[in-house]
Amino acid sequence: MDKVMRLASERGVVLFSKSSCCLCYAVKILFQELGVTPTVHEIDQDPEGREMERALMRLGCNAPVPAVFIGGKLVGSTNEVMSLHLGGGLIPLVRPYQALC
Amino acid sequence: MDFPSTQFVPSRAMGTYEPIHQIGMWGENFKSISNPNISASVIVDVANKLENESETTSHEMLVPSSKHDQEASKPFDKIQRRLAQNREAARKSRLRKKAYVQQLENSRLKLIQLEQELERSRQQGLYVGGGLEAGHLGISGAVNSGIAAFEMGYERWMEEQNKQICELRSALNAQISEIELRILVESGMSHYFELFRMKSSVAKADVFYVMSGKWKTSAERFFAWIGGFRPSELLKVLVPQIDPLTDQQILDVCNLKQSCQQAEDALSQGMEKLRETVSATLASGQMGQGTYVPQVAMAMEKLEALVCFVNQADHLRQETLQQMSYILTTRQAARGLLALGEYIHRLQALSNLWANHPREPA
Repeated sequence: MDKVMRLASERGVVLFSKSSCCLCYAVKILFQELGVTPTVHEIDQDPEGREMERALMRLGCNAPVPAVFIGGKLVGSTNEVMSLHLGGGLIPLVRPYQALC
Repeated sequence: MDFPSTQFVPSRAMGTYEPIHQIGMWGENFKSISNPNISASVIVDVANKLENESETTSHEMLVPSSKHDQEASKPFDKIQRRLAQNREAARKSRLRKKAYVQQLENSRLKLIQLEQELERSRQQGLYVGGGLEAGHLGISGAVNSGIAAFEMGYERWMEEQNKQICELRSALNAQISEIELRILVESGMSHYFELFRMKSSVAKADVFYVMSGKWKTSAERFFAWIGGFRPSELLKVLVPQIDPLTDQQILDVCNLKQSCQQAEDALSQGMEKLRETVSATLASGQMGQGTYVPQVAMAMEKLEALVCFVNQADHLRQETLQQMSYILTTRQAARGLLALGEYIHRLQALSNLWANHPREPA
């Protein structure tokens, strides 16, 4: 849990993922389309991966990955990210972290 | 001489033909007459017996048609007739039995054929329990009933949809209150959400069924994206129908279109990655030896993600409809729902026309 919270509170958009997860890949693509490069942590390649997975589940996510944190706050999984985006709420959240083109 | 009492009925009862009794005897007849010698001996014995009786009688009297004479000949004729009827019934019974056995034999052959086909399909490498595409062979009962339930549900859904479209049409032409119109719009929205719930359910049973769009007409399938309509396409169709829009609305709709497009792109790329992953897994290891169970098992694990994608796509559709309902006025939303309903009808009509219009022979 500590590791998850520590990583999550890092600046910017943090995405917990698994290298085999194609839905996580889709979420990563979405952020890239918004001009944001999320910090991706592949928990299946982390030695403490199991612990991290349990920690993410405890936070209330249905599936441990994908799990998105923006500015240290939990946004949610794919559902939440998509709803937020269609509602127009995602861009304001990521604006501080958008790459200057 | 011994013969079954059921075959020979006392003269009194034999006066009239009793069909019920006859049928009751059918079984016994069948058993005994399968040995035709018995009936022959019965006839001979009875005939002998009665002949002896009548011989004795005729010696006593020279006057014909004595009561005793008549009674002596009466039972004999009746016995003859009765025995003939029995023989006939037995013969018919034998024929019926023969036909029935023939039918059983045919069914047995058919069953053996089907079992051989199934075995062949299994050996040709369709995965455990047969391929999902192989029709009824190999699909578990749960999947079949999930699909059947969905198809029935969809039929009802379509009927309700058509009803709602008609109601919307007349409501927009009439002067109904804002509240009443709002109710119709809410019903329309809920109706779509109900469809997404149904799809989510059947996707758990058979995600390939949802991906195939089998329950839809051909033109609808042509435009399908991950098991349903493409949200950005939906907006393209609807927006011109709900003019005029305020400036704020135009901006909001524009933003929604863009968000939709981006979300769709992300999911499409995710799907592409999924295809690559499954393909790579399936093709791993040496090919040509005919052994591939581990690859197929691993590929199937990866394929599970398809259910997530289908759910996400439906979620996107639902969110798009939801956001539109926030942006538009009640009247505009009603027109939007009506336009969407009619667009689907046009797609279905196109499918129909295509199926029926004559084409040049190949």
